[in-house]
Amino acid sequence: MKQLLSKYFQDKDIQQLIGKQLRVGVIVSSIIVFVGGIIYLVRHGHEHPSYGDFTGVREGLTNLPGIWQGVLENKGMNIIQLGIVLLIATPIIRIAFSVIAFLIEKDYLYVVITLMVLGVIVYSMLGGLAG
Amino acid sequence: MTILSFTLILLCGAFTAGLLGSLTGLGGGVVIIPLLTLVFHVDIRYAIGTALVASIATSSGSASAYVKEGITNIRLGMFLEIATTTGAVVGALIAVYMPTNVVAIIFGLVLIFSSLMSFRKKMEIPEGEEKSRLASQLRLNNSYPTAGGVVNYDVRHVPGGYFMMTFAGVMSGLLGIGSGALKVLAMDNIMRIPFKVSTTTSNFMIGVTAAASAVVYLQRGYIAPGLCMPVVLGVLAGAFAGSKLLTRANVKWLRIVFSVVIGFLALQMIYNGITGKL
Repeated sequence: MKQLLSKYFQDKDIQQLIGKQLRVGVIVSSIIVFVGGIIYLVRHGHEHPSYGDFTGVREGLTNLPGIWQGVLENKGMNIIQLGIVLLIATPIIRIAFSVIAFLIEKDYLYVVITLMVLGVIVYSMLGGLAG
Repeated sequence: MTILSFTLILLCGAFTAGLLGSLTGLGGGVVIIPLLTLVFHVDIRYAIGTALVASIATSSGSASAYVKEGITNIRLGMFLEIATTTGAVVGALIAVYMPTNVVAIIFGLVLIFSSLMSFRKKMEIPEGEEKSRLASQLRLNNSYPTAGGVVNYDVRHVPGGYFMMTFAGVMSGLLGIGSGALKVLAMDNIMRIPFKVSTTTSNFMIGVTAAASAVVYLQRGYIAPGLCMPVVLGVLAGAFAGSKLLTRANVKWLRIVFSVVIGFLALQMIYNGITGKL
């Protein structure tokens, strides 16, 4: 019974942690998007939007080094994109957290399952699928 | 129209979408794509990228609350995420080769299905059905807290549910939506999971599923910061406002109205797809 109880509490702690991490991720990335948005609007607000024809966004916004380069130059678009990348990373970081959580619980079956999910995402990131 | 006014109008539109989506439980993402393509004449590829990011935002935001309450079945979610992420990557790959008007037609069909699903009666779980050995081996059976105490439940038909989840993942990767309706269908109707657990677990999975295809779309240049900024902020603010209002609003009529609107948008997407305007 004691063992059952301690397992229950561990589960609860992990849930609290995952919940908090998701919330922090969303809040931090929205703040970054908001700040970048203000800079972007101040500089480009008077221009005209053109999303009718698909050309893909400009070069520096499609990979991490490019995005970061623009952030250092205080470009609004790049700061927004940094926030978006952080938002996309939020559930991915949650997966990485869960691997550790299942390790602590000694639930090795779920360590493997979680690593498989992480593997699929890493493959889609680095597998050159952009075509 | 200047970028400033474009952004402000889009912000209001996204706020309304997030508000209605959270009040009716249909999710904000479903109206983002018709809003961008039909109203703002944005190319559907940019619209898909934007909607994906919006669905990650709303999923992660609301999942944090449910996970804390202990309703979400994390093991089940994690196991099925193998299916949805694999599907999502496949969907994102198919999207390159699929003509945009076909994407618009499929989108319309899924949209109609989703709005019909919201009217479906919540089923009682029949007793005495054969228990799944796979479910107990994978430790998927769990319990959740209700007002009347802790309720235990068993998960059934694991392979069938897994297959349906893969399909939901493909649709999510192809169309840029959370495809929550398909996920709930897999968990409710096939795996026989209580409604509350299936909706929260589906919501928990949407973020990871969308992230799997979003990393592909980001590299492909589908994710435009100028569109994502107002849409993400608007949808999040709307969903937050919706969660505060939820206890006081009469949702039944709102859901009917919203579903009719969604059905209408879906038909228009299909029409524009067939005539080749999208």
